[in-house]
Amino acid sequence: MAYKFDFGAIVPHWQLLFDGVILTTELTVIGAVVGVGLGIMGAWARASRAPVISQIVGVYVELIRNTPFLVQLFFIFFGLPALGVKLTEFQAAVLAMIVNLGAYSTEIIRAGIQAIPQGQIEAAQSLAMNRVQIFRYVVILPALKKIWPALSSQIVIVMLGSSVCSQIAAEELTFGANYIQALNFRAFEVYFVVTGLYLVMSILLRMGLKVLGNFLFERRRHV
Amino acid sequence: MKQFFKTAIAAVVMLAAPLGAASASALDSISEAGVLKVAVPQDFPPFGSVGTDMQPKGYDIDMAALIAEELGVKLELVPVTSSNRIPYLNTGKVDLVISSLGKNPDREKVIDFSDPYAPFYNGVFGPADFSVEKAADLAGMSVGVTRGAIEDLELTKIAPSDVDIKRYEDNNGTISAFLSGQVDLIATGNVTAAAIIERDPPRKPEPKFLIKNSPCYVGLNKDEPELMAKVNEIIAASIADGRLNAIAEKWLGIPLPEKL
Repeated sequence: MAYKFDFGAIVPHWQLLFDGVILTTELTVIGAVVGVGLGIMGAWARASRAPVISQIVGVYVELIRNTPFLVQLFFIFFGLPALGVKLTEFQAAVLAMIVNLGAYSTEIIRAGIQAIPQGQIEAAQSLAMNRVQIFRYVVILPALKKIWPALSSQIVIVMLGSSVCSQIAAEELTFGANYIQALNFRAFEVYFVVTGLYLVMSILLRMGLKVLGNFLFERRRHV
Repeated sequence: MKQFFKTAIAAVVMLAAPLGAASASALDSISEAGVLKVAVPQDFPPFGSVGTDMQPKGYDIDMAALIAEELGVKLELVPVTSSNRIPYLNTGKVDLVISSLGKNPDREKVIDFSDPYAPFYNGVFGPADFSVEKAADLAGMSVGVTRGAIEDLELTKIAPSDVDIKRYEDNNGTISAFLSGQVDLIATGNVTAAAIIERDPPRKPEPKFLIKNSPCYVGLNKDEPELMAKVNEIIAASIADGRLNAIAEKWLGIPLPEKL
């Protein structure tokens, strides 16, 4: 092979990659926590079939699921300032990720809620549990447990999707890679390293979500 | 034998002399022919491009017309590319190169350069309400640049540490960020700034300070002092009477800088 690898060329720029990993992690954590929260509320609204709210959530879900993430990001970052809403690139990136994950997780969690047998809810009602108690213990937790693997995958997809936030100069991991590549022209090496970093981060994230799932759902089996 | 060489050299010199005299002054041959042949770009707006009427137009074309008019001869435009413009001059196909030509040591070995006639620089641009005259004034502001471009590298070196340099993927991203107000200022080339101004944007990129200056010069063949003097005289006169400034405002949207 004629190409000579020179990974040493990346070493002076390690700080860019390190900062990138930190920012990607921040974006993912905030985006995932708030996005799934939004998804739970959206799923509740959808499943409750409350007339107006359910339809508004439906429009939101279809709007987000049928447009590209990059366009949503550009809309928030370049479009909203025209309406007087100016966000920093970090705020815009987080907001885009929350809105995006919110829509997808609404659908995923709604599927989980619909999979709860009606008899289970009726049993809870006959035990005189109120609506909030029923939703919390009888509906949402078993629903989340059923769809936890699908939701975990969606969170990982959103983390990987954060790479396009480099387009609005959010200095996450892909930004670091592009910038280093522009400085030393060692594209292959840089993307090699960054691919590895994303892989490690994805695996760690999946493992973390699995542990979190065990903590949330398995312990309660005996309660 | 020695005598033979002397005679031969004398003969060559005598034969060459009239030729030398005829080509001694490019200026004379231009006046004699009544035509000034100028190499101009056809693919580099706003300096030179082909209009909808198939006629070349641009800063360089107007400059060529101005010089031809001052010399009192007809103008013949020769479209060239950036890679063949100097060979066209060296082989006598054109008298002058007015083709957004920058000066560098390699080029100076093969051709001569007039005084600069057009601004070409990377700099920081922004709306009038930002008072910035040098890199140090940028403190606390945000500047959009295209990642890895020359202005990114230079600005990173000279800007104070609290300047927020936002690096975008390409020129379009940088321009969008500036126009939508996501960054206060933009670091780019004056030609890019001109292209923004041409579209009459809500935020005008007015020049603040230079990062790297590489103005355009008229290229001439070597050892043509008369033509060189004449061209420089025309450039100086057109700067003094505002005609060059009018060309700059027409094509670049910005008046000529005080010093080219």
